[in-house]
Amino acid sequence: MPQPTDLLFYAFAGLTLLFGFLCVANPLSRNPVTSAMFLVLTIVSMAGLFVLLNAFFLAAVQILVYAGAVMVLFLFVIMLLDLREEERRKLNRVALGLGGVAIAGLAGILVRALASATPKSASVPAVEGTTIELGRILFRSYLLPFEIVSVLLLVAMVGVILLSKKELK
Amino acid sequence: MIEELLSQPTVQFAVFSAVKIAVVFAVVMTFVAYAVLVERKVSAFIQDRVGPNRTAPPLALKIPVLGRLLQSWGMFQPMADGLKFMLKEDFTPSYVRKVYFWLAPAITVIPAFLTLCVIPFGSNLGDQKMVIADLDVGILYTFGIVSLGVYGIVLAGYASNSKYPFLGGIRSSAQMISYEIAMGMSVVTLFMIVGDLNLSRVIQWQADHGWLVLYQPVSFVVFLVAAFAETNRLPFDLPESETELVGGYHTEYSSMKFALFFLGEYANMIASSAMMVTLFFGGWSLPFLGAPAKGLLGGLVHIGVFVAKMIVLMVVFIWVRWMLPRFRYDQLMDLGWRRFIPLALANIVVTALAVAAFNR
Repeated sequence: MPQPTDLLFYAFAGLTLLFGFLCVANPLSRNPVTSAMFLVLTIVSMAGLFVLLNAFFLAAVQILVYAGAVMVLFLFVIMLLDLREEERRKLNRVALGLGGVAIAGLAGILVRALASATPKSASVPAVEGTTIELGRILFRSYLLPFEIVSVLLLVAMVGVILLSKKELK
Repeated sequence: MIEELLSQPTVQFAVFSAVKIAVVFAVVMTFVAYAVLVERKVSAFIQDRVGPNRTAPPLALKIPVLGRLLQSWGMFQPMADGLKFMLKEDFTPSYVRKVYFWLAPAITVIPAFLTLCVIPFGSNLGDQKMVIADLDVGILYTFGIVSLGVYGIVLAGYASNSKYPFLGGIRSSAQMISYEIAMGMSVVTLFMIVGDLNLSRVIQWQADHGWLVLYQPVSFVVFLVAAFAETNRLPFDLPESETELVGGYHTEYSSMKFALFFLGEYANMIASSAMMVTLFFGGWSLPFLGAPAKGLLGGLVHIGVFVAKMIVLMVVFIWVRWMLPRFRYDQLMDLGWRRFIPLALANIVVTALAVAAFNR
């Protein structure tokens, strides 16, 4: 008999896939706002998966940053640009072929990774833990990458300001 | 059979949680109804009027003295208001985007109530902790849910498919994102001092060491102003500013759907008052009532203390609304980005240095 957490895992994983599919290829609506809203739902169901891994901090941050801030900005831009409904395009054979190759490659990597993993290996990478432990790891073991990422974000921000100012004094 | 089921810890947990949820929901709904009455009475007092003093159900006036008194206080007004909202015609304009038009009011109300889950509104009552979900990431959960609240307003503006609601929706998304940053930064200092994100332990720390508002007055000011912006209350009610945008994002709404936006605003006000009590004013603790309650009486006193503090803050919300004029939109953005965010950042740096020096 499956554990309740297993059932929850399948529920959240299924919802993530379903919403992700509806985000990119919704058969009922070609409206960009609807796609954005389904992306929000995808993110929220992924936060559910994080909770099942006992990574409460990551789950909260996932919702706070992606669903709460990034996607609101997406929505903001979509509304300001006043995008029309996407028209249905004819399938491009070259794009279809390349897409198929890319999917096959990713699927190959996934299958190989799954095959090489030994089941019941005890050393599950620890995503769980309190916020304090996460902070310790981030600021002790991974301090340099962390700082580099923050500098990268700063560069992106300065770049955006430069691009959006038409006349620089 | 039933006794056996009830002795299981999971079942007990589920039952007690359900009871707590039901009680909190009922109490908050009552609070919302009477907050509207207090709002009308306080505004009347400030503008030298009388306020609602006529409404009464037919039989209530038969009660000697008390009936008349309750009528003049407007105690029956919320019932009449609620009835009016339910009986009005629910009109859906022909040009709206139907799905989002229906979803938006619900998306506004739900986050407002979800934030109340993690707030410890008392210490103990018997063996039960007086909090629905005692999460270790409490405050982050709250911020996550609060940040979802903006969708209701943005979608309402989008769904209405006409210009004033749309402008209101766009304004609100910009405003709420801006002030969320300042709000989030203002509480960072609190957790540096306490060293825990769990709200129950934040309150216990305050019971032992004194209220955090004394340690972090700057944080409190930033949080308070950001809370006004997040709840779309004057002086920051630009998403609905009726003098320029008719009614803002809810212009096209009527009847119960409009009532849901209304309810969401007041529920948000309650949630942010409760949050401020928890973070800055020691939650259920008083300087001489610090220990978690053992008996039933002590537990009830703690809940009473929490509610009393919350009511004081809500009166402040209402009072400010009728005392200050609305900001201009550029002033609002300027205040958020160029005053409060640098201020909150400086506060973080200073507090970090102080904490480091103190712990040495």
